[in-house]
Amino acid sequence: MLALHATLAAVLLVLSILSLGLGAAPMGWGEVLGGLFGTGPEEHRIIVRQIRLPRVLLAWLLGAALGMSGAALQGLLRNPLAEPGLLGISASAGLGAVLALYFGLTAFGIWILPSLAMAGALGATLLLYALTRGGTSNLTLILAGVALSSLAGALTSLALNLAPNPASVQDIVLWLLGSIADRSLADVGLVLPFVAVGLVLLMAAAPALTLLTLGEAEAASLGVQLPRLRGLIITGSALAVGACVSVTGTIGFVGLVVPHLLRGLVRHQPGSLLLPSALGGAVLVLGADLVIRLLDTPQPLMLGVVTALVGAPFFLALVVQSRRTLP
Amino acid sequence: MTRLTVQGLAVSLGGRALAAGVDLCVEPGELLGLIGPNGAGKSTVVKAIAQLLPYRGEVRLGAWRFDRIGARDRARAVAYLSQDDQLQWPISVAELVALGRYPHRSGWGGALGAADDAAVATAMRAADVWTLRERRVDQLSGGERARARLARVLAVEAPLILADEPVAALDPKHQLQVMALLRAHCAGGGNGIVVLHDLTLASRFCDRLLLLDEGRPVATGTVADVLTAQHLHDVYGIDAVTGVHNGQTYIVPWANRNNA
Repeated sequence: MLALHATLAAVLLVLSILSLGLGAAPMGWGEVLGGLFGTGPEEHRIIVRQIRLPRVLLAWLLGAALGMSGAALQGLLRNPLAEPGLLGISASAGLGAVLALYFGLTAFGIWILPSLAMAGALGATLLLYALTRGGTSNLTLILAGVALSSLAGALTSLALNLAPNPASVQDIVLWLLGSIADRSLADVGLVLPFVAVGLVLLMAAAPALTLLTLGEAEAASLGVQLPRLRGLIITGSALAVGACVSVTGTIGFVGLVVPHLLRGLVRHQPGSLLLPSALGGAVLVLGADLVIRLLDTPQPLMLGVVTALVGAPFFLALVVQSRRTLP
Repeated sequence: MTRLTVQGLAVSLGGRALAAGVDLCVEPGELLGLIGPNGAGKSTVVKAIAQLLPYRGEVRLGAWRFDRIGARDRARAVAYLSQDDQLQWPISVAELVALGRYPHRSGWGGALGAADDAAVATAMRAADVWTLRERRVDQLSGGERARARLARVLAVEAPLILADEPVAALDPKHQLQVMALLRAHCAGGGNGIVVLHDLTLASRFCDRLLLLDEGRPVATGTVADVLTAQHLHDVYGIDAVTGVHNGQTYIVPWANRNNA
């Protein structure tokens, strides 16, 4: 298990250094490191610290949030096809951001859009929590999530439909596609505390998640408090994913794919899957972001588009596979 | 000190009574068989005793009222085996059985100690899954899985075991083995409630029986008191053959009453 963590961390480190070295201004590795650690000239320091570093840090936070939330939700719902997008948290955060763009509120300050997005995520969380409070089952949670997701999607479409001018449509669409390019350290600072708290909440759920392997009734008989566990995971996912979506736009499938790829390496123990999924998510987001920067396309590719392009066929393959293994 | 007493237990769901007026008492060393036709409320009663359903009435183990003690204390006192096998991920048998030690661990995600390892090994040997311990649970036969799940329950080392149809998927050899395990648990000073459809096994292994029908107790007492021709006719609509072997009464369901 330790070897897996170390391997993922090493890959993440290598990808991070590669990402810092890649950009419009050609720089040598010595210059990049000099800029990063503040020993080089100011120009290098600005390029590396202000432009390239936020991209890397955001990839870490986004990947960790999506990966760990996906692993936790799959464990909680005992369903390998669950992911943060399923509960409508991403879509609701997206709706908040779209409303900010639609009403042109972004002109009043750079904090407006992230704040509204997080308000969307928070609203979705409270609604989910209210709907699933008490003795309801995880199936209710999934159904409520699907309903919420559809509603947020419908309202987003409505905003696009009624958008007053093509420029705001363009803004909304580009934001919805999802990207970690051209973000600042201020964005990172905005996201960091929420992701940190969210991940801590999710990690606190780890032992109980492993017990859920037995089913809800037997897990409860062993002392797992299901309402508390649901609360931890819904809140943790909403904080971490909602905060990321507020800065990066919606990025799908990372939360689905990463836990899947790593599950066999942790002997299928849901609790042990959380940390590797966070690291793996960061590796995947950073890797995907590197790939789209290396590809020569007429328009810069958006990260959310690429993760969906890779993730959707993967999802289909999973469905086909589960059809084969289930009776 | 671990007598289980249940008084006036009632469970209702959406205004419909699933169980009502259930009183029972299981002394240390005793195995109580909970019998009744499909839908009689057997699983409901067991789940309520395990505090997995909201209920009215009182459930006590020794001096403890179950609804007033913490989840962890309760989890150490009662081990529950659910009717349906809901294992989700393909973990190994040893990992499955080790989950039974969760209520004994110290702190969050604390590792297993030597006592835990010993309890897990003992439980696996008792349930005859020791040789399967490295196998993944999705590669086991139905009977092997049922025994692995029972080993998980034994690993809790709780004084009270609640087993909901533990022999449904098993061949005769393993049915006898599982029932003997539950008996051995009771012989060691524990007590248990086992939900059974097999009246022959119920008559063979249980000290006392509680017969439920439509959520209400019909009869309780010894095998001879409960499995009378009249009760079998009224509740199950069947005739049964009764015999005595080694001084013990047993019954074998024989024919439906209407075409007898």
